[in-house]
Amino acid sequence: MKKNAYFGLYIVMAILAVLPFIVPNSFYLDLVIRMAINAVIVLGLNLLIGFAGQISLGHAGFLGIGAYASAVLPTHFGWHPLLAMAAGAVVTGLLAGLVARPIFKLKGHYLAMATLGLGIILNIAIRNEAQWTGGPDGMPVPTMGLFGFELASDKQWYWVVALLLSVSVWASLNLIDSPFGRALRALHGSEVASQVVGVDVVRYKVAIFVMSAVFASLMGSVTAHYVGFVTPNLADFFHSIELVTMVVIGGMASVYGSLVGAVLLTALPQALATFEGWETVAFGSILMLCMIFMPKGLVPTLAAKFGKGD
Amino acid sequence: MLAQFLQFLFSGVTVGATYALAALGFTLIYNASNVINFAQGEFIMLGGMLAVYFTQAGLPLPVALLLAILIPAIVGIIVEKLAIEPVKGAETVTLIIITIGASLVIRGLIQVWLGKNTFSLPAFSGDEPIQILGATLLPQSLWVLGVTALVVIALWYFFNRTLQGKAMLATSYNRVAAELVGINTSWVLFMSFAMSAALGALGGILVTPITLTSYDVGIMLGLKGFVAAVVGGLGNGLGAVLGGLLVGILEAMGAGYISSSYKDAIPFVLILLILFFMPRGLFGGKSTDRV
Repeated sequence: MKKNAYFGLYIVMAILAVLPFIVPNSFYLDLVIRMAINAVIVLGLNLLIGFAGQISLGHAGFLGIGAYASAVLPTHFGWHPLLAMAAGAVVTGLLAGLVARPIFKLKGHYLAMATLGLGIILNIAIRNEAQWTGGPDGMPVPTMGLFGFELASDKQWYWVVALLLSVSVWASLNLIDSPFGRALRALHGSEVASQVVGVDVVRYKVAIFVMSAVFASLMGSVTAHYVGFVTPNLADFFHSIELVTMVVIGGMASVYGSLVGAVLLTALPQALATFEGWETVAFGSILMLCMIFMPKGLVPTLAAKFGKGD
Repeated sequence: MLAQFLQFLFSGVTVGATYALAALGFTLIYNASNVINFAQGEFIMLGGMLAVYFTQAGLPLPVALLLAILIPAIVGIIVEKLAIEPVKGAETVTLIIITIGASLVIRGLIQVWLGKNTFSLPAFSGDEPIQILGATLLPQSLWVLGVTALVVIALWYFFNRTLQGKAMLATSYNRVAAELVGINTSWVLFMSFAMSAALGALGGILVTPITLTSYDVGIMLGLKGFVAAVVGGLGNGLGAVLGGLLVGILEAMGAGYISSSYKDAIPFVLILLILFFMPRGLFGGKSTDRV
């Protein structure tokens, strides 16, 4: 591992430590928390898209499983929130693994199709099973208790999420530099070549897909408890696209790019709210312009421009 | 029993023809450029919405319909020129996001211009249903099926009997080789976007009198068109048409016999099953990878 590999992590942690004392009000604190939650999801998704070169257009579906596990199991069956969260993650992992094995023998657009299909089916199921999920209107989520201590205020949530984000950045940096990470990058470069040197391509792809899906599910649970309410929009196609966009705009295969992408795209709808009615047009235009002029994403493009490695 | 089955079949084939036109659009662009155009559904929406707008503005039906096909074709060309050509050879996921961006812009503009209401278009030759063995068939369904059949024949002629069509086919087989024999591949890309958009718009116009339209119908229609294209084996024109019909019929049968609230999920369940068991689609050929 490079000597200064953790330099960026220290900066991230420093920013996270200072942020709650400089945000002007609770509106911005809420925005920061949602940015951090998205950043963790995007870190996981970037491992799949950026490093392993595989596309998922259905990640919001996995997020939905986590979120609804945390909503439905404690509400209807009295489960402990942590147990519900774990159950969501396990179900997501099993489902992702089950689906991934046959899909990952395919390539490119077929994979996009299969993940997209899976996401849409999950979303339709959430919308239709109204007796459990509240249907299109959504349902409230009980608060999260940790060892007899209620997680209620935004300040408490902030520290929990900041910790999760720091750990995720640290884990991603390590993973990329591990034999596992090198195998992922190898199969992104050339599957045949990596097979020749003994990388079990399908196994690695399944592993990273399951991992990023579980990430999404866990953060879905966190989102559900933090917001206190879940709606099917959390699991819809558009949200899947938003997540992929965060990865690509920030920069594929860039850990810090994931953070930048998550921060920008979480803030963007707030910034565009002033356009009244033109939000969709503005959002679409920004997506297109970014991709046309910076197809590699912000962080790698800027890093190349200023002559620094990522 | 039979009447009910026929009824589902009629509605399935009608919607399926729209999916088939959308799937043909996906196929044309995919063959010319390896791009999956996620804005395809918006061309379907544009066709329907513009047809409504121009007929309500008092234009005679044929003129309104012609404009409602021409304008989306021009929009398709603009998307290709401004957003696809400048990034030739970019990563798949980059291209996917660009086309999604384009679809948002198109949908957003229509929402601002024509609002969020649902619109309908009068059927081309009346609403008097035709009785067949106890089931009813709308005259508009015959329009949908007839025009789709004509389009398929015309496309077959274009790709097999004309130089331009063969140039497009050659480009889809091997771009570099096509350029070597003097085919202008950027013209091919240009044509494929214009034709895809026009096909999508045509489908949207034809089906609007039956299914109604609004600014946001493009997403689902487009995604189902994509499913149809993959069912038929991505890149295979005949497969796309059969895939579209199959998706439409299964959706109507599923909605009728199993559950109408899961209607929209049926195409996606189908595609997952097909990808698991026949990864190249029903009609896709074998392919090998180049290292």
